[in-house]
Amino acid sequence: MKGNEVIAEAAIRCGCDGYFGYPITPQSEVMETLMDREPWNETGMVVLQAESEIASINMIYGAAASGKKVFTSSSSPGISLMAEGISYLAGAELPCLIVNVQRGGPGLGTIQPSQADYFQSTKGGGHGDYRLIVLAPSSVQEMNDFVDLGFKLAFKYRNPAMILTDGVIGQMMEKVVLADYVPRLTDEEVDQKYGSWATTGRRPNRQRNIITSLELDSGRMEQNNIRFQAKYAKMEEEEVLYEEIQCEDAEYLLVAFGSSARICQKAVDQAREKGIKVGLLRPITLFPFPKKPIAALAKRVKGMLVVEMNAGQMVEDVQLAAEFAIPVKYFGRLGGIVPSPAEVVEALEQKLIRG
Amino acid sequence: MELKDIINPNNLVYEKPKLLTENTMHYCPGCSHGVTHRLLAEVIEDLNIQDKTIGVSPVGCAVFAYNYIDVDWVEAAHGRAPAIATAISRTNPDKVAFTYQGDGDLASIGAAEIMHACNRGENIVVIFVNNAIYGMTGGQMAPTTLLGQATATTPNGRNAELNGYPLRITELIAQLPGTSYVTRQSVQNPAAIRKCKKAITKAFQAALDKKGTSFVEVVSTCNMNWKMTPVKANEWMEANMFPFYKPGDLKDSTKDDPESYTPLKN
Repeated sequence: MKGNEVIAEAAIRCGCDGYFGYPITPQSEVMETLMDREPWNETGMVVLQAESEIASINMIYGAAASGKKVFTSSSSPGISLMAEGISYLAGAELPCLIVNVQRGGPGLGTIQPSQADYFQSTKGGGHGDYRLIVLAPSSVQEMNDFVDLGFKLAFKYRNPAMILTDGVIGQMMEKVVLADYVPRLTDEEVDQKYGSWATTGRRPNRQRNIITSLELDSGRMEQNNIRFQAKYAKMEEEEVLYEEIQCEDAEYLLVAFGSSARICQKAVDQAREKGIKVGLLRPITLFPFPKKPIAALAKRVKGMLVVEMNAGQMVEDVQLAAEFAIPVKYFGRLGGIVPSPAEVVEALEQKLIRG
Repeated sequence: MELKDIINPNNLVYEKPKLLTENTMHYCPGCSHGVTHRLLAEVIEDLNIQDKTIGVSPVGCAVFAYNYIDVDWVEAAHGRAPAIATAISRTNPDKVAFTYQGDGDLASIGAAEIMHACNRGENIVVIFVNNAIYGMTGGQMAPTTLLGQATATTPNGRNAELNGYPLRITELIAQLPGTSYVTRQSVQNPAAIRKCKKAITKAFQAALDKKGTSFVEVVSTCNMNWKMTPVKANEWMEANMFPFYKPGDLKDSTKDDPESYTPLKN
């Protein structure tokens, strides 16, 4: 199956209550698959084509406010339009899943794959101090798995989660093991689980629930911010995911996420054929970022090369995690160009081994 | 007769609706929001739908509407209330969502969201408070500001060449097949208030009956930013706003089938 199609299928199967979205290349197959599947006949899941990305994300806000498990998908320019709504979701502490199938920018850019939204996704994107839980799949199987994982983390922390992928994984076809169907929660179950905060209708047994990000009293607003930061710190403590490939004897380390990590896996093999002992660290959660494993590897390897399809964004986080103890260099291609494994090996030799 | 004989439940003819909270309203004295809130509270109580009603408050003076009416509320980003109400209604078909929006929120920044929610025929209620000015930010021009009307950003009066024309968005909304009941009301005197309450009741009933979008404009005063006394503001509204924003029903098809369109055969 195609990566984008799998997102749709995984959502139906994990008991999702609704999808609201707007067409944009290279992710339109998500909504097309949903509309073709007609899950409203099967599970009762709502699917709606909104008039814009701005409406989509606010629909997510409304449904999430009532305790529903809902998601949207878009690609880079559309995510920029959603940025205001994502900030509101984080500020009102609402759980939801947002899928960004990145394309090259800035502006209307290109429809070819890119990883240039790393900063936007991991550092905020909208206004205010907030963080998203950001998951970076590097296979179609992970596109499937991270839908359920994303929802679980979103509800655990009452915070938006994002699957940050790109046109490569979205359009790629691979075999995938789909999950079993999980039934949607009934309204009674939603009320039992989330009735303490969700707008499920004010009943005599509770006070009215209000979903808002507004707090004009700056003393209270500071307390809200302190609570958010504590939540993000807990994520950094408990939710970091990463993969280490051939790192045991590595003298050099590649660091890459998503589709770049797939390319780097091949580059590791090619470099080892040349006798270069290199490993790969693949961050799976981009926020929370795997700082500790990178810090540990920084004590063992001679240098790190961060490979990304952007002008060098994650490299800053790797440098911070490695505490500038060893050389941390960047290699990437821009504007929708996908680097080849040979280019990565060449960059490794040139920037770290010979340099 | 002693005071305690007068203040006696048997003599009670009028009381605060149970759904209005004890919070002191932040609205300026003379503002139409207070009466409109009261009517909403009365209607929700009369229809006995407190447990299935979800309000969506706007950005503008009514941002804090959630402090005053005792139902569940979602506070929206500026202009986006109809999108939020859409999703609440779609994912909770046994509940009824309403938006409460001002003219800047609904007719300017949120023009796309209101048009499309109404065109889809979402089973929601829209309360549109039109006072022809931006209240909360201090009296700037709204899309509904009348030609010649002075505001903070049209100090010499709204000029069509510079600022465009006042927008009768309710007339546009009435054209959309998804709307079933579109009406323009006001709350400046007891007769108008009674009519407005009837309209809000009918709007909620139509949404409960899944007849499409109900849209109630309440032509309102903003005496503070109009720089008038409340009494003078009511007179100004009747003299200047009513000729352009004519009170009355624009569309009432709650009992009819929606307009028919012939779909293409695939």
